[in-house]
Amino acid sequence: MPLKKTINSSYSPWMDADGPESGVVISSRIRVARNLAGIPFPHLLNNSKAEDVIHAVRLAVEEKELVNNIGVLELSLLSELSPVERQILVDKHLISPDLLNNFERKAVVLREDEVISIMVNEEDHLRIQCLLSGLQLKEAWDLINRVDDGLEKTLDYAFSEQLGYLTACPTNVGTGMRASVMLHLPALGLVNQLKGVLNAIGKVGLTVRGLFGEGTEALGDLFQISNQITLGQSEEEIINNLIAVARQIISQEQASRRALHKDRKEFIEDRVYRAYGILKNAYILSYEEAMRLFSDLRLGMEMGLVSGIPAKLLNELMVRIRPAFLIKMAGQEMSAHQRDIFRAELIRKEIKDF
Amino acid sequence: MLCERCGQRPATVHMTEIINGQKSDTHLCEICAREIQPQGFVFVPQLHLHNFLAGLLKHELGGDKHIKAETAGEKCEKCGVFEGQIVKQGLLGCGDCYPFFEEKVLPLLRRIHGSTRHTGKVPERTGGRARLVKEIGNLKSRLKEAVSREDFEQAAQLRDQIRQLEKSIIEGGEA
Repeated sequence: MPLKKTINSSYSPWMDADGPESGVVISSRIRVARNLAGIPFPHLLNNSKAEDVIHAVRLAVEEKELVNNIGVLELSLLSELSPVERQILVDKHLISPDLLNNFERKAVVLREDEVISIMVNEEDHLRIQCLLSGLQLKEAWDLINRVDDGLEKTLDYAFSEQLGYLTACPTNVGTGMRASVMLHLPALGLVNQLKGVLNAIGKVGLTVRGLFGEGTEALGDLFQISNQITLGQSEEEIINNLIAVARQIISQEQASRRALHKDRKEFIEDRVYRAYGILKNAYILSYEEAMRLFSDLRLGMEMGLVSGIPAKLLNELMVRIRPAFLIKMAGQEMSAHQRDIFRAELIRKEIKDF
Repeated sequence: MLCERCGQRPATVHMTEIINGQKSDTHLCEICAREIQPQGFVFVPQLHLHNFLAGLLKHELGGDKHIKAETAGEKCEKCGVFEGQIVKQGLLGCGDCYPFFEEKVLPLLRRIHGSTRHTGKVPERTGGRARLVKEIGNLKSRLKEAVSREDFEQAAQLRDQIRQLEKSIIEGGEA
């Protein structure tokens, strides 16, 4: 059962850090919203109608042609999972935090490699997601497009000639597409340019969110940038716009890193090696502190100050040090303080060899 | 006094809860207080997208009369959702709500997206006529390019393709 594997491992391919621009871009994600024609949106469905939607999706993902084209897609009910297991799926960015509300009537579809996931009965009947490492939005769209075509052979989508794909929330109508990139922008913050850059993003139809989407804080200098507009632009236009803006930000961040290296070398070395030292030696670490230190360490790795630590390990640790995975590893509930101790121990072990 | 939850930071948030006459005191640091907010205490009203949208929807759907009750306003013929519910939740009820509440939804979409016309992907099977219309649009812009390049051979080809597709729309076929 692949889902068990997904839950037992903190690794997911988006962490590979081998995609284009992976020095700044952690991952690329595309998500499209689709609804079934003639059926009210999920928030109006009773449990039995919600199950009908899940059943229809199950039939669609088991369709032979789709399996041949895309691979095996496994559907699981969220109610089959424990709370910790559900949270791990959120922490690995495979499902949204919203899918955990009223989970009794929701399901998730995963391809074994975790690149493709489909949330069933979130805000819309289907939310198809593709998650890849580095800057690979076009590749992600290609894949989503094929999955979507395959599903549409079986499912009747709610679609209007004028308005496109119809969604529960009017902010998603049209393409139903939200494309996003997760960027690591420590240097822009250190040279006081971050605010300006983030303000500019808002002016070109894009929006900035924290690590876990809407309403979440930007931890560890990680920012998710995504399109705001879904109607009136084609998928390709939206993606090209996002790529163009992402490239601008990447080059700004890299210029800032070079400036720091040149003009404030001791400052940045001090910061990076302090982070390295604490991560290697601390006995109590909160999640927030660990994320801050990871950011400094990652910056040091990218600037060539620290070598040997794979970026992939850091990406995976970001998931492993979340409360859910710590509890999973410990096999028992822990207080916040116990978790902080366990977290520090885990990080010490992983980083000591470098 | 240290925070009762993390035991690390000084407690700066002091809560008194009285449930069925039982009084209990909790002393937390700011960070822990913020973390447990979803379980009970509300410090700052967060501006969620849905609240924000509900405000916009209220403006369009409610009109002059202030819609308060969930069962106020018109009701979608298909899913039975009331305007009041839509305003409250910031979500429409079903795909048919879009044509049903069209007069009110279109201005809202224009405000959110700056547009009321989809120009992206059209589903292969259920897209029907829309797919042909989109294909014609693509061919027309290629035709324009070909003409400006003075590539008349390709322009003629494109023109024939466009005519073919237009014919199949008139005949009601899906080519």
